Amino acid sequence: MPEQPGASEIRLTIPARPDFLALARLVVGAAASVGPSLDDGRIADLRLVVSEVCTNAMEANWRASAARLGASVSLLAEEAATRIDSAVIDGADAVRINCTVALHEVVVAVTDCGSGFEPPTTPHPPVTDPARLDFERGLGLPLIQFLADHVEFDSAPTGTTVTAVVRDR
Amino acid sequence: MDLGLDVTQRDRWTVLAVSGEVDVATAPRLREQLVQLVNEGHHHLVVDLEGVDFLDSTGLGVLVGALKRVRLQDGELTLVCTQPRIVKVFDITGLSKVFTLHESVDSAVAA
Repeated sequence: MPEQPGASEIRLTIPARPDFLALARLVVGAAASVGPSLDDGRIADLRLVVSEVCTNAMEANWRASAARLGASVSLLAEEAATRIDSAVIDGADAVRINCTVALHEVVVAVTDCGSGFEPPTTPHPPVTDPARLDFERGLGLPLIQFLADHVEFDSAPTGTTVTAVVRDR
Repeated sequence: MDLGLDVTQRDRWTVLAVSGEVDVATAPRLREQLVQLVNEGHHHLVVDLEGVDFLDSTGLGVLVGALKRVRLQDGELTLVCTQPRIVKVFDITGLSKVFTLHESVDSAVAA
């Protein structure tokens, strides 16, 4: 991602624990308002994008932790978080957030230590289909893709980096 | 960030007023509250989101799950939601076609 001259970089590493998600939103949202970078509406969009991408990153870490422990990997995210909790959440399970703030543009790169991006095997039914109610998940990616101007997935067996660009519209 | 959950009864509707931020950290408590209400026989729910500062897809998922639970009991779940930033999340995901979004608790319970 080419950087604009005068762009500022902010790095934040958080444990893959649900209660740190608010901190990630807070830091990136505040960083975006220092610039001046984005307008308030887009900062709200950015906070949502950060929440979604970091939730996915935490889930990737939990799945990796669960797999290491031989536990079920099909748990709902929060259940996994509750059950795994501090037992396996250690330094290796960090989520790294790299935020580059420039004029009218913020680039957020979030890296997990999961075992790679798993694209959904079968898409969920459309939301208006009553059968869609069987799935609580799968709503995050559409939000990211709609709200970010550009999204990139760089997946490796040692972790995935999702880079999202949010610009003023 | 704390999640506020406040339950009141309005005629046949049980109103759950949610406040604070709904994400992967707080969604389990929201789910627990909704499951408990349905299990106690409250099958006509109004979830008032006017006090919500932030809602992401994890929170949406909980509402989708709750809608399914009440419909299995021939019940209904409607929302009170006027904040543009929250309404936008329902619009983008298409869920504004699945949920009825009311402008106030009064209009929700009159439906």
